[in-house]
Amino acid sequence: MKRIEVIQNVLEANEVIARRNLELLNRHNVFAINIMSAPGAGKTSLILHTLRRLKDKLRIAVIEGDVASTVDAEKVQSEAKAVVQINTRNMPESCSLMAAMIESALKDMPLDDIDLILIENLGNLICPSEFALGEHKRVVIASVPEGDDKPIKYPLIFVDADAVVINKIDLLPYVDFDMEAFRRCIEGLNPKAQIFQLSCKTGEGIEKWCSWISEQAKANAAKR
Amino acid sequence: MPGQMHELGVTENIISVTLAKATEAQASRVVQINLVVGELSGFVPDCIQFYFDTLSKDTIAQGAVLHFELVPAQLRCRNCSTVFQPRDTLWSCPECGGRSVEISKGRELYIESLEVE
Repeated sequence: MKRIEVIQNVLEANEVIARRNLELLNRHNVFAINIMSAPGAGKTSLILHTLRRLKDKLRIAVIEGDVASTVDAEKVQSEAKAVVQINTRNMPESCSLMAAMIESALKDMPLDDIDLILIENLGNLICPSEFALGEHKRVVIASVPEGDDKPIKYPLIFVDADAVVINKIDLLPYVDFDMEAFRRCIEGLNPKAQIFQLSCKTGEGIEKWCSWISEQAKANAAKR
Repeated sequence: MPGQMHELGVTENIISVTLAKATEAQASRVVQINLVVGELSGFVPDCIQFYFDTLSKDTIAQGAVLHFELVPAQLRCRNCSTVFQPRDTLWSCPECGGRSVEISKGRELYIESLEVE
């Protein structure tokens, strides 16, 4: 019997593709945001609001990850410059988007006519934290009715986030959600994360979020 | 059919790395694959084992034992620099009670070594 030392990261195959995606995006001056949350936290709603508010300033495309349906893609179709739907049912993995799926989605995108890509990941707070896609920024949405303990239960996804959005703040009067405790927890896990409180229902806080996106996209473009 | 989990892709990678290394070493059989998995990583050993049994069929890795070395989570307090293992998911520092912590161990997922013949 012989022993062979290996020491090889099993996720490296994904990371290599993610780096390639990032290089491709940078070559075409496209800024990409990976949007993650539990099912129903408001990924599609936030994308729709972002499209409506920013579509005159930025050329925005959307990559929709969805297990089977095209419901989300249909909703954003009329507002976005381009939409690519990734249905993961026939893919080997169906709990998170992975870099290879983004690589093939980018092939269908007119990258020279796009400034910003919003990537809607699958509704899941565990698996997407393991897979880089080649995005510039990672955003996690948590919503008020889910409860303020989400960062305690699913810390990893918050540890790597560049921004955390707390959606459905219009429901605060009806739900036991301790905003201070939630924010303290995020700040503990990830002091660098920007925190946005907003409501896709009333529109409160959306403007601040959209300004952050345009600033980030601008800052990235200035680097090229 | 239940949804497939991300362990499938991960297991495919484990097998492809294993076969490449074993072939390189001119091995005729892989006896054991030693994997290191962090407690905080989102990977379930049983799930990797399940996919491995199917995917390794008719390769020199068929029947190999998957040995998982589990790495417990280790955190470091940003306030007082105490390194500790969290007792629960609250992740507060046992020394100063601070909740500002960074992960120093527990996110690993790598192939450490192979045993072949």
